[in-house]
Amino acid sequence: MDQVKQSLLRIFAIHRRHYYLMRGSWPRIAEMFYWPTVQMVMWGFMNQYLTQRAEGVYIGAGMLIAAFLLWDVLFRSQLGVSLAFFEEIYSRNLGYLFVSPLRPQELVLSLLSIAVLRTGLGVGVAAWLAIPFYGFSIFDLGWALVAFFCNLIFFGWAIGLAVVSMVMRYGMGAESLAWALVFVFAPITGVYYPISVLPQWLQYISWCLPPTYVFEGLRELIGMHTVNMMFLSYALVLNLVYVAIAAALFLVAFRAARQRGLLLQIGE
Amino acid sequence: MCAKAIEFQDVVKRYEHVTAVAGVSFSIEYGAVAALLGGNGAGKTTLLSMLLGLVTPTQGKINVLGSDMLRQRYQVLPKISFMSPYVELPFRLTVEQNLTFYAQLYGVSRARKMVDRLLAELDLLHVKKRTYGSLSAGQRTRVALAKSLLNSPELLVLDEPTASLDPDTADYMRGYLLNYRNENNATLFMASHNMVEVERMCDQVVILKAGRVADIAAPAALLGKYGRGTLEQVFLDVARHDQPLVKAHE
Repeated sequence: MDQVKQSLLRIFAIHRRHYYLMRGSWPRIAEMFYWPTVQMVMWGFMNQYLTQRAEGVYIGAGMLIAAFLLWDVLFRSQLGVSLAFFEEIYSRNLGYLFVSPLRPQELVLSLLSIAVLRTGLGVGVAAWLAIPFYGFSIFDLGWALVAFFCNLIFFGWAIGLAVVSMVMRYGMGAESLAWALVFVFAPITGVYYPISVLPQWLQYISWCLPPTYVFEGLRELIGMHTVNMMFLSYALVLNLVYVAIAAALFLVAFRAARQRGLLLQIGE
Repeated sequence: MCAKAIEFQDVVKRYEHVTAVAGVSFSIEYGAVAALLGGNGAGKTTLLSMLLGLVTPTQGKINVLGSDMLRQRYQVLPKISFMSPYVELPFRLTVEQNLTFYAQLYGVSRARKMVDRLLAELDLLHVKKRTYGSLSAGQRTRVALAKSLLNSPELLVLDEPTASLDPDTADYMRGYLLNYRNENNATLFMASHNMVEVERMCDQVVILKAGRVADIAAPAALLGKYGRGTLEQVFLDVARHDQPLVKAHE
């Protein structure tokens, strides 16, 4: 029990460090809210335009805004994990962190929970602003929104941990993956269109990815007002697999970095 | 309590085609102040990194404070600490925030009191609200020392502790470290290129050359053995005596 308490204290210590960092840096705070809000405004207008003008095209009320906000949950979640780790590299602090009692799995849990907080704040503000701007509240999706949010957070964790593992292995040359890797999933997980428009072979790949079930489920919820429990279950099971693989990848990368003497050179 | 604070037993570290440490065995007594000397590429950084668990040895055994550093690393880490001018603390955090963060990370009880005490002892009270990144090199070194003393370590590993300090501050630091050792019976293990500092502070000197221990003794014994007046002359004798046995890597 005491070990669990000590472990939690160390995880909260990392939270405290990032809270101090955010509190003393308005550009970091602004960045957290800026992009989700700007994008929400753009997709809101697009949604309005298509709803009013595009005959024969079905765009449910707020469909594009909801799709964007949920996509941003995925994007911010993986970015939150990566950036929290990169902050330690930028400040050349990893040497001290890794000789402290902080265990790798505690560092992982810190990164994941920081990502949830950053995502919740950044996307939450954009979602809230969509109400006065466009009269659309994503919160009307009810408990299904929580299920969508969690599934996208989980997949974001998996991508973020994979990126961090790559950076541990290949150094900061792999940093750009934090901004680029997630976008490979945008066209194939049906963020803005049903995956039925994809070629059949690509659809097989799509159904292996948890976000596909979220976005298909979102369309079903907005279009037909039904929650597809099967989709949510598939997404959750797949996420468990992806997060487990990504966490294992991180621990393998950490072990390899110790063997190769890379822990003090990650920033180079 | 185990008699040895540090024990290397036939430790080897190979990186693909390079042997950085080629079979090192030595031990450091509890309460000793020991120095690790060696030219560039002698294997000092690799040895210190293995001691701290940042690098795993290819073979051999490292015991720290009586525990196997490979298998019981997380039992040992709360009892040791590390300071180096080449590792930084978060730049954007204030001195006080940095120390508070690390105090929590080490599970220090009465953290506030400990932080205030170290700030006072290391003459940092006037900069405690300033960001670490805005400090001079000397102030940063003192903050790093304060960080490394938060957990009252039984073993303090120092990598060139006075490298960027003016003579006055360096002298103060050496006095402070020796006082800490005397009051806590702590063990200090430091890598240094400052031979005067090593002569003044250390009970034991380990000289590395090309990944091996070239010599190990008290400073006075080394001076006598090599018939030299200063440790720097001894160091040069060892460094220039032979060609390296193996290609070293740090």
